Amino acid sequence: MRTRRLADSRWLAALFGAGCVVLAIIVVEILVRTAVINPYIVPPPSDILRAIPRIIAEENVLHRFSQTAQEMLWAAVLLALVGIPLGVLLYGSRLLRRAFESWVGAFAAAPVVLAYPLFLVTFGRSATTIVAIGFAAGLAPVILTTLDGLVGTRRVLLDVGTSFRLSSRDKFFKILLPSALPSVFVGMRLGLIFAMINIVGVEFLINFGGLGQLINELAERYDLPGTYAAITFVVLASVLFFDVTARIERRMRPAR
Amino acid sequence: MKATGNIAVSRTSVAWVRIAFVLVVLVVWETVARSGILTHDIVPSLTKIGAALWRLLASGDFWFNLGVTASEIAIAMVIGGVWGLATGLLLGANRFLSRAFEALLLYLGPTPKIIFFPVLIMWFGVGAGSKIAMGVVSCFFPVAIATAAGMRGIDSVLIRVGRSFRATTWQMITRIYLPAMRRPVINGIRLGLGVALIGTLLAETKLSNRGLGYLVIQAYSLFDMPRMYAILLVLFVVAIAANTLIVRHAGNEHGTR
Repeated sequence: MRTRRLADSRWLAALFGAGCVVLAIIVVEILVRTAVINPYIVPPPSDILRAIPRIIAEENVLHRFSQTAQEMLWAAVLLALVGIPLGVLLYGSRLLRRAFESWVGAFAAAPVVLAYPLFLVTFGRSATTIVAIGFAAGLAPVILTTLDGLVGTRRVLLDVGTSFRLSSRDKFFKILLPSALPSVFVGMRLGLIFAMINIVGVEFLINFGGLGQLINELAERYDLPGTYAAITFVVLASVLFFDVTARIERRMRPAR
Repeated sequence: MKATGNIAVSRTSVAWVRIAFVLVVLVVWETVARSGILTHDIVPSLTKIGAALWRLLASGDFWFNLGVTASEIAIAMVIGGVWGLATGLLLGANRFLSRAFEALLLYLGPTPKIIFFPVLIMWFGVGAGSKIAMGVVSCFFPVAIATAAGMRGIDSVLIRVGRSFRATTWQMITRIYLPAMRRPVINGIRLGLGVALIGTLLAETKLSNRGLGYLVIQAYSLFDMPRMYAILLVLFVVAIAANTLIVRHAGNEHGTR
């Protein structure tokens, strides 16, 4: 019984998980310091920790962070302006929905980011290329979840609207859109996650922009602790982004 | 009878809309290519792209590089898939471990994996090893997360039946858990394949002298746009076909409503 209660304890499990991570870091530190792991390949974790304030100060990390954030913001605006109306369009026409919904699903599976050299030729080595790829990568989930949200509107709500003789426009803005809003937000979140992955990835690949470029530059300089610290910083920034958007999503859910 | 007629008409309409859409895209493309609004190099004519596609498919070079990329992805899928499956089974079977480590997987899963490539080059060299490792890191997370979720979703009656027959751990895994989790696991493998493909190919575009990613970046360096379009076309068709095949196999195709 007592063992069962211990196994059920969330905080104990979280503590155990965190403890294992810390232990793994300590083990790596010892193995690198004793040269069991080649220090020219893996720097000691303490050096990585010390490199974080250095790269924040010397490599202008906050400015780079804001550059990446701006690219994401532009991608988000484009996704909302194009993706949501396309989802509404597919909802409005049964013929278009039947013709293109599966195509949009197939487009979601296409490795769009591989076309980055094509975007480079079209838009040059610029933020436009990065934003365009982020937008293209995030478009399909926004369209599909907007459509899902609209299709999932309860029939009874629409019938009430009809009995009150609401115009199509009023029905859309007063019933369909509020009902689909949580799904639309889920789609925007998914789209932004895809956009972020591709934006940072392309920054790294074309050596331009914010955080992705930072990793590439540090790796090319063979600044090992700096490279690992920059990767850690990007991972932490991504985790923060997922966490914040997941919390917003959870807050929106009861509105349904 | 009338209903069948309606469905037939509807299917025909859908087919016509699709054909019309493709034709409009092709006509607009060709018009732009011939008008010179955009540089010919950016939007080459369809005939040039068709010819490049033909030359590409007829060249031994393409098939060799396709083989290199396919083998890298296959090895990555085996290593990452088995690793992800084992991790997912462990986390799905043990609530304590799931609470301790699954949040890590959920948070690290959607991070951009390509940023780990400089580290993977140092660990596994500039050859195929770092590309395979890139594929492994990419496909591990979706497989592990889907397997853990799938295992938790197994009907408890099935598990109780297995235990009442005194099945061994191995028998429980092979006879109860894996068959009951078929759909989420295949879904995880489908997602894993998609991201492994992207990870491996992006790594090839960054630093490689073989593989389809290398061919794309080579076409870019030579400014051979028809060839680049041809390679991307083949890649997109292969990726979408592989995804559709796995979805059909899992029996959960996203149908039209």
